[in-house]
Amino acid sequence: MSSTIIEVDPDAALLPERIRRFPFPFASDTYRYSANVEPATKTAPTEAGAWGAHLVDIDEHYLDELAERAKVLSRDPSRVNVLPHMRPAVWDALTTLLSSMAEDYPDTMSFHREGNICRWRNGLQNLEVEFTFGDDSSLPEGPLRFLGSQIQDDIILLDVREDTLWLDAGLVTFAADWSFGFDVGMNFLEIHHPVPRVKEERIISRAEQFLLRLQPGEQFRRTNWTMTIGRRMDTSTETYPEWGRDRSTIADDPAMPEKLHLRVEVQHLIRLPHSGALLFLVRTHLLPLADIARVPAWREKMGHVLAELPDDMAEYKGIIRYRKAASDWLLAR
Amino acid sequence: MTAIALQPSVHPAVEGGLHLEVTNVSRQTEMIVSITLAAPAGGRLPSYVPGSHLVVQYGSGVNAYSLTGSGNAPSEYTISVLRVEEGAGGSVAMHRLCVGDRVNVSRPRSAFAPASTATHHLLVAAGIGITPILSHARAAVERGNSASMIYVHRPRAGAHVGEARALLGPGLTALVECIDRGSFQNVLAEALLTQPLGTHLYVCGPVVFMDAVLEEARSQGWSSARLHSEAFGAAELDEGEPFTVHLAHSGVRLEVPAGVSLLETLETAGKSIPNMCRKGICGECVLPVLRGAPQHRDLYLSDQEKAANTTMMCCVSRSNDPELELDL
Repeated sequence: MSSTIIEVDPDAALLPERIRRFPFPFASDTYRYSANVEPATKTAPTEAGAWGAHLVDIDEHYLDELAERAKVLSRDPSRVNVLPHMRPAVWDALTTLLSSMAEDYPDTMSFHREGNICRWRNGLQNLEVEFTFGDDSSLPEGPLRFLGSQIQDDIILLDVREDTLWLDAGLVTFAADWSFGFDVGMNFLEIHHPVPRVKEERIISRAEQFLLRLQPGEQFRRTNWTMTIGRRMDTSTETYPEWGRDRSTIADDPAMPEKLHLRVEVQHLIRLPHSGALLFLVRTHLLPLADIARVPAWREKMGHVLAELPDDMAEYKGIIRYRKAASDWLLAR
Repeated sequence: MTAIALQPSVHPAVEGGLHLEVTNVSRQTEMIVSITLAAPAGGRLPSYVPGSHLVVQYGSGVNAYSLTGSGNAPSEYTISVLRVEEGAGGSVAMHRLCVGDRVNVSRPRSAFAPASTATHHLLVAAGIGITPILSHARAAVERGNSASMIYVHRPRAGAHVGEARALLGPGLTALVECIDRGSFQNVLAEALLTQPLGTHLYVCGPVVFMDAVLEEARSQGWSSARLHSEAFGAAELDEGEPFTVHLAHSGVRLEVPAGVSLLETLETAGKSIPNMCRKGICGECVLPVLRGAPQHRDLYLSDQEKAANTTMMCCVSRSNDPELELDL
């Protein structure tokens, strides 16, 4: 864990926005799990540009990903669930995030609240709505589905009780190889049980203590990563039959550089101000290897990380069958 | 010894907080005054969790006071202060505040939150302890939750009695006022035996009062998970004792005052220390210790590492010895 000096690539200005804004997660040539949390909304420079200035990030995929989410939800309603005691937390999350977006994107969005009457305008969707804070029926599909139609992030709400975090509500359509429906109602340690190494390294219990000590209004973030074949957002356990087999064929696919994506999650951890619940946002970014390779420092770092990653971690991330092919391709250029 | 301090410096406990104006002062009882604060320019203040408190600066000191509202999108904060003549001077200073005065306060801090899964909230207050209990009652009414209240106060000296009575309805279903110890004992004993399954109990008042209520509840078979008492500031790290660090490489000695972290002290002295979370979890700001016993307050080092006293997390940890020597 060393601090690194990031030198911006001289040709970075010529790169497309999807590369310049990409939250490249590797600071060095190796990767291990760590509690890599830092305060939210701090601009993070990369060799190709920067990311992270806003809590809710909106990019060129905004409308496409929201349309994709709507399709997933109509096929599989188990991707959204709110245990009854989490209703105040859902409303807290909705008003917190809408007012944050209005501040960050004043040209396209605005949020006004008088008492419990709220007005939200979203120019990107030609949308103007009025609703009543706390009244589920004032939004056609309820407050959580509505929030899920305004932000690209997956939304998870954890209740804080008995000195433990409980996953008691959420809307998750873009899971990276896990099942929201399976995890609802579990506590923090149960959710993370399958992750290798972290129990020995006490990362999960430390992370939970950290989250329990956050004061309402505090906002932190971290990144996590895996790899995905195709620009596929929904890689949940529920759809495994559709995407699982790609993992054994991609290594020999001549189109691997275009098909194989680095999948980075920018995760926000927010202690909500009024309910005190913990809001966990997961914003998924996908960038194909062909684009990674256009930034020489990224190509090298990712190539070395994939080559060095211990087998148990590669196995858990589901990349063990093709990580060598990907690493070889990146380092051969 | 100093010249007139026109602008007293901001206390570390309220740093990053709010600068508010007194917009109303109203006497609740002979000894209790309610103070309303708002942003000088008007507008919304941060929402807060029911039962939260504000840390308020008076002169060079700070005190914590419970907020009495529900915390839902407020445009003002109201606290009530009991005048304590033999205290550190905070309550006396607070009682001197007038409309138009400006004060530095922290953001609201939560250490007495309602349990979201409770089927019923049994709220028990004594004296000035009514303040966070009133906040809980208001939130229960707003959220459509079920609550009942027992309030012990001196005859004709109950603060916020009118406001509590006005909340009675489908949310706050009962308010029992007790003005002597004997009647309270009976009311509490009865209440502890007749609550619906899944009730949580919240108590605020003098420490001996809270201890007695909790003890009685436990002896009636209530599990600790369903008992909540106000503990100001328990969730935050205390500001700690001042200490000195000796930087072995440069020979420099730096004083780390109470309320200021070692990391901040080093940064102020121009040292660049890699850091990330500044909360004692990420492990980035680890420093090698050559001499002295750090007071470890982080979540990163293992128990063995802490016992070895050869490293410390300078964002939260301090010193048990008057001086630490760092390999820096």
